[in-house]
Amino acid sequence: MEFLMAIIIGILFASAVYLMLSKSLLRIIIGTGLLSHGAHLLILSMGGLKKGTVPLLGENAKAYVDPLPQALILTAIVISFGVTAFFLVLAYRAYQELGTDNVEEMRGNEGND
Amino acid sequence: MINLLILPILIPLLTAILLIFIGKFVVLQRIVALVSTLATLIASIVLLFTVKNEGIQTLNLSNWTAPFGITLVSDMLSVLLVTTTSLITLCVVIYSIRSIGVERERYYYYSVMQFMLVGVNGAFTTGDIFNLFVFFEVMLMSSYVLIVIGGTKIQLRETIKYILVNVISSAIFVITVAYLYSVVGTLNMADISRRIAEINQPAILTVVAVLFLIVFGLKGAIFPLYFWLPGSYYAPPTPILALFGSLLTKVGIYSILRTYTLFFYHDTGYTHQLLGILAIITIIAGVIGAIAYWDVKKIIIYNIIIAVGVIAFGISVMTEESLKGSVFYLIHDMIIKAALFLLIGVMIKITGTSDLRKMGGLIKKYPLLGWTFLVAAFALAGIPPLSGFIGKLLIVRGSFAAEEYVGALVVLMSSLLVLYSVIKIFIHGFWGTPKDFKNEDRQPVHFLWFPSAILVLAAVFYGVGAEYMNTLISQATDVLVDPTIYIDAVLKE
Repeated sequence: MEFLMAIIIGILFASAVYLMLSKSLLRIIIGTGLLSHGAHLLILSMGGLKKGTVPLLGENAKAYVDPLPQALILTAIVISFGVTAFFLVLAYRAYQELGTDNVEEMRGNEGND
Repeated sequence: MINLLILPILIPLLTAILLIFIGKFVVLQRIVALVSTLATLIASIVLLFTVKNEGIQTLNLSNWTAPFGITLVSDMLSVLLVTTTSLITLCVVIYSIRSIGVERERYYYYSVMQFMLVGVNGAFTTGDIFNLFVFFEVMLMSSYVLIVIGGTKIQLRETIKYILVNVISSAIFVITVAYLYSVVGTLNMADISRRIAEINQPAILTVVAVLFLIVFGLKGAIFPLYFWLPGSYYAPPTPILALFGSLLTKVGIYSILRTYTLFFYHDTGYTHQLLGILAIITIIAGVIGAIAYWDVKKIIIYNIIIAVGVIAFGISVMTEESLKGSVFYLIHDMIIKAALFLLIGVMIKITGTSDLRKMGGLIKKYPLLGWTFLVAAFALAGIPPLSGFIGKLLIVRGSFAAEEYVGALVVLMSSLLVLYSVIKIFIHGFWGTPKDFKNEDRQPVHFLWFPSAILVLAAVFYGVGAEYMNTLISQATDVLVDPTIYIDAVLKE
């Protein structure tokens, strides 16, 4: 199972890098989304996938699942959600103001003399 | 009084929320922001003396005992940085009142600034590696807003690059924490350190160490990861630039200092050598930029990169003396960079341009500003007895003792060129024939000069009172040299 997860994470990272290298701003933002998904899956598999029952008191099982990675992912998801929302708004505003969503045309050289 | 160490995080947080509600009353906002930042500063000074007298303070949130819950830890290093941060933010708030403009103030400028203070103070105080990530994000989110606030074209353009770089580095941070967690199975920094010592730092931890270097190097602007910094920092107005230049990169450097002395000190052959080489190239790259440009903002921005290199080099040598030098230099650099940015902000306000070739003769009309700038420039370059001197001296002596001659020479040579780059501003900006500048008379020059003068004065005292500061900094360095002090204080064994 961990092996399968590793391949999925690898695919996610590869597509994220591919998207982030493109010129369209929207593709770049989708790329950052995929990148954080890959990172979240990585945390999940790093804590070890399902080994036992739920970590609750009173469940007299021999093995429990480590609950910490799930808590970490929850935090990380919320953060990446916030950043993505901000990024989308920023991209829209930049499109309105600069008249382009092509990062190639966003170069400028104020103060570079 | 055990909750004292959460106050520098809690006061700005509550103020930030309050400031959102009174967003349309600008005068009230200014007063609340000033009072709360002052309160934060007082709280951190009280905390400083508590740590000095009683040793490391810890706070287990929600009473979960140490390795299980989130722990806040205030050792001397973190409390010194928290105090410096609060002082700088206070001065920037005073400076902003007359310079940032009502438009930006209405759009929650002070509120976001308080959120950033939460993030920076939190990152310095936390004793939990994942919590460090969270505070990094708090800090970054506020910095995204601060860098774009006002929405000019250059700001929008640079913010996109800034966010993209930081989103990628945050993803790498999460990945690194995941790797570290899979090896040691804990997130409490003291507990991580103890477990790494038990398993004697296997090779996988070198990978983790290098990943941490990439993450914190991106924030702290180490070569080759500093490429985004000159462009992005150029965009926002000076008070925000002062805040960024003095605080954000230093959080990255602090994290390198913390992780490299607390976690990865067993096998320093590869990681610390890598850090050392990168630090030397960082200094050289920064020096080239600082000399090349004729734009005052750019010159000081490249000076940030030089300072980052110097501090990182001190960390890479890893002797007691060089670490002490790094801590000394870190605090000095925070204060003096904020002061310099605010001072060139005043210059830009007067002249209406940041191009050095269009300035000139300012000292005729503004002698006080001119001499303050000269003192700040000397302090930056490290002319004794000003504050930059002691830190550099310790770093250089420490690296000569450790036989790291190349780095020591580069640090020494860089001081000369740093001096040249800031004196260039002084000669071309303040000397020469006075020119007529548009809107010159309408600028509140003396009011803007005042907060920068406080910071320069702080830098002078920091240098002259080095004897007193030395006791504090030694206490900070002891923890870095001997991680067991930190571990025992947190885990209370």
